[in-house]
Amino acid sequence: MRGNPDAHAMVAPGTLRAVLELLADAPGEWTPIAGGTELMVAHAAGRLASAKLVSLWGIPELRFIHSDADKISIGAGATFRDLRAHAGIAEHLPLMGKAGSWIGSIANQSRATVGGNLVNGSPAADSSPAFLVYDAEIELVSVRGSRRIPYSDFHTGYKRNAMAPDELLFAVHMPLRFARHRQYLRKVGTRRAMAISKVALAATAIVDVGNVSEIRLAAASLAAFPARLYKTEAALLGRPIDARTIEAAREAMLAEAKPIDDIRSTAEYRRRVGVNLLEEFLLELRSEVG
Amino acid sequence: MSDCHSTIRFCVNGEDRAVQVPPMRRLLDVLREDLHLTGTKEGCGEGECGSCSVRMNGELVNSCLVPVLQAEGAEIQTVEGLAASGALHPLQQAFLECGGAQCGICTPGMLMAATQLLTINPHPNMAEIREGLAGNLCRCTGFKRIFDSVIAAAAVSQDHSTEQAAHAR
Repeated sequence: MRGNPDAHAMVAPGTLRAVLELLADAPGEWTPIAGGTELMVAHAAGRLASAKLVSLWGIPELRFIHSDADKISIGAGATFRDLRAHAGIAEHLPLMGKAGSWIGSIANQSRATVGGNLVNGSPAADSSPAFLVYDAEIELVSVRGSRRIPYSDFHTGYKRNAMAPDELLFAVHMPLRFARHRQYLRKVGTRRAMAISKVALAATAIVDVGNVSEIRLAAASLAAFPARLYKTEAALLGRPIDARTIEAAREAMLAEAKPIDDIRSTAEYRRRVGVNLLEEFLLELRSEVG
Repeated sequence: MSDCHSTIRFCVNGEDRAVQVPPMRRLLDVLREDLHLTGTKEGCGEGECGSCSVRMNGELVNSCLVPVLQAEGAEIQTVEGLAASGALHPLQQAFLECGGAQCGICTPGMLMAATQLLTINPHPNMAEIREGLAGNLCRCTGFKRIFDSVIAAAAVSQDHSTEQAAHAR
């Protein structure tokens, strides 16, 4: 433990309104902390730069999952245990539960929040590829009001996002229109629990009369932030899933992926395995179509 | 910087406690150093090994990753709370009988993770046991005897509830 607890101020205002007022009074000065599964690790290592922290843990307005006929809204303070325990998510958004099961271990899932995973913005974030292929929308709040943006526009660079300094991530809204889609999510890491991914790929697709009529692909650890693979999608859209299309999609993804070498893997490994995951999904899709 | 200290109140193993500490002090350090509950161990200090696992408001948490301010008002259970009645908890007895503990550093965390698992799922299968304990590393036992201990403890509580049901009839 190299961090010094005396070096950090921390407050827990207890309500969303009070947190937003604090952020508005001194934009950029306060670092929100929810379950601490990221920031407390930085603290232990002595590299938590934030001098002032505002706790979001236990704020009831942030910890919810609401579902209705056409959407499910997940509060930023919902934990991955909450997400995995929700029957509507298991039924309509099965990739979310699968992604949630990859987050650390049970002890991490009972503290790690959906908002924390997204705002932290790790290129390897476990929940992000699934949120991307489900067309998630992000709701941001501040004392000025609230606004919504597509999650695909949220990350703007390595650990950078579209939030203003006085804003807080309030909720993620998920449309429920994927019942007809073939869905795919696979992570490659060193072991099932606790391992940060080397690469992960998510997909939702529809094949109509032999041709791909809808396709969303998203990856973790293939770019500076979790992102859709639009060029690879374009190589598939409107085409039949035959050997030529699969080869074209592989080529497109090899060109589109921009992974790096780091402690967990190499760029070359990530690119090759990422493309193999895509092929695995496309072969599943083809076998289903017959 | 004592002016930064907060008074934080919570309940540990059924007892109300109050500490005057910096709000960012780890729950782990408060338990071990301020409350002298040294059963909870520090392993990695970064949420990877599970040796500091405790239960907070009925959920399993790594106490090294909980700033104590976030434990305000919480119900905390540590390994010291398992045998509160004076008799060993069925899990503790099973770990003893099955060789589930060797050097002992991971054992308190394993016991708390296993307690959490059996609380929500009294009769887990092997896959569920493996998932429930996946965040707790042991470098001695090879895990098999720990899993055997959990199975044995689950069987004891099943016998116990069957007995109770028989008595009730």
